[in-house]
Amino acid sequence: MSGMYRNFEELLDLARKEGAPLWRIILENEMQISGKSEEQIFARLEKTFGVMERSASRALETPLSSVGGLITGVSSRQNAYAQSGRTFCGAALNRLMALALSCSEVNASMGKICAAPTAGACGIVPAVLIVVRDQLGLTRDETLKGLITASGVGAIIMANATVSGAEGGCQAECGTAAAMAAAAAVELAGGPPETAADACCFALMNAMGLVCDPVAGLVQVPCAQRNASQAVNALLSADLALGGMHSIIPPDEVIGAMYSTGRMLPVQLRETAQGGLAATPTAKRLFQEIFRENPLKDSAES
Amino acid sequence: MNISIFDSTGPIMIGSSSSHTAGAARLARIAALIAGGPFSRVSFGLHGSFAKTYRGHGTDRALVFGALGYREDDERLPQAFELAKHAGLAYDFYEINLEGAHENTAKITFFLNDGSRQEIVGSSIGGAQIVIHRINGFETDFTAQSPALFISQQDRPGTVSDVTAVLADYRINIGVMKVSRKEKGGLALCTIETDDPIPEEAVQRLKKVRHVLSAQAVNLMEEDE
Repeated sequence: MSGMYRNFEELLDLARKEGAPLWRIILENEMQISGKSEEQIFARLEKTFGVMERSASRALETPLSSVGGLITGVSSRQNAYAQSGRTFCGAALNRLMALALSCSEVNASMGKICAAPTAGACGIVPAVLIVVRDQLGLTRDETLKGLITASGVGAIIMANATVSGAEGGCQAECGTAAAMAAAAAVELAGGPPETAADACCFALMNAMGLVCDPVAGLVQVPCAQRNASQAVNALLSADLALGGMHSIIPPDEVIGAMYSTGRMLPVQLRETAQGGLAATPTAKRLFQEIFRENPLKDSAES
Repeated sequence: MNISIFDSTGPIMIGSSSSHTAGAARLARIAALIAGGPFSRVSFGLHGSFAKTYRGHGTDRALVFGALGYREDDERLPQAFELAKHAGLAYDFYEINLEGAHENTAKITFFLNDGSRQEIVGSSIGGAQIVIHRINGFETDFTAQSPALFISQQDRPGTVSDVTAVLADYRINIGVMKVSRKEKGGLALCTIETDDPIPEEAVQRLKKVRHVLSAQAVNLMEEDE
């Protein structure tokens, strides 16, 4: 089964023809390719969003320890600061960052998360959906429709580009997550499909070329910072689109540009921990400190 | 769009890495299903990135957890070593260089209680997806997307058709079939991916087919598919 559309333009065409929001077309496509009913799909979405909510809240109050401990406590500190009344970006955006950081902290501590689209980028979609839900007073079902929009955009990027940091850098992971979340935020705010597509374009534009350079090879720094900043990117991209800005480059071309940019990145900047922040003297020292103990015995076998 | 929304948003997993944690647990779990059992010792040869960064992502605990049969979204994963102790499973890790293998590859040796060994080589290829490349030296290409049968047999004319006849009796449709052998007329491994789960009764009948030495079914749980 090949489904109802292959790229963003075909999805938009179907939405226009049926006068339906993106989530409705994406849901129909999912029913077609999986053979599952709407109820079955919503039941699985419910389970998925439940995992997202728990991972976005678990570290808000309690710091979680991890190998290396490079980001332990970042979420709870940001959450406390969000409520201080002294922030530049306001309470809502600071809470957004704390939620995204919580997911990163849970992931680093070997807790349960939902990859969206990857484990390294797992904080962006949950943080945006939760903040948008709370701000707009959405019901559970309405929020899950946003998750459908986000996941549908992610699937288009998987099919036509990549969501792997090893292939396309951080832009492919956190940039894609921001694009997914931005489209969802627009639809949840009642914006039309074209506006959701614009938001998706802006999120990818703002992340274009972002490299994957994990310190000590751990999914902690700068992954946590990128989860926080790309969650903000999602909401500002949604605001730009809802404010009336139109992307002069169509979504499929922006996705294509992200993909070709990723392939132009040298291998040192694609999850190998050999470039960017990972190649700094401090990162190298941290790697030695964290991994020096307990090396594997060597084996002559091959 | 032929990609599910649960592939872009998913899997639900234990962190920190879909390839080094969730994929590693899944790899060991599927390998243990292929090995059959029971076993009380397992040895993990880690290649490439698995060997270099296994501690940071908990790859070691994930592998032991999978070998114990737990799923990769089970929150007890960080306690894998304690669970292994409780279950009486001994384990060890060593570094190995497997020429030309994927960066995240492990050679897993199960020491069965009957004295035999099962040696399985597989890779975690990203997004918690895996591929089993070799079983006891025989090449295969199993991605654990559908139920499968692994049949060890003498490479003799008619054996494959006798095997498929049994499957036909149980109305099991074959999706992919691969026979691999080291030499003509010697031992062969037949990998059969099916559209339907394989009942134990069918496995018992397959074991009685002439020239079949062993048969092992791997029936996946719903969300594996």
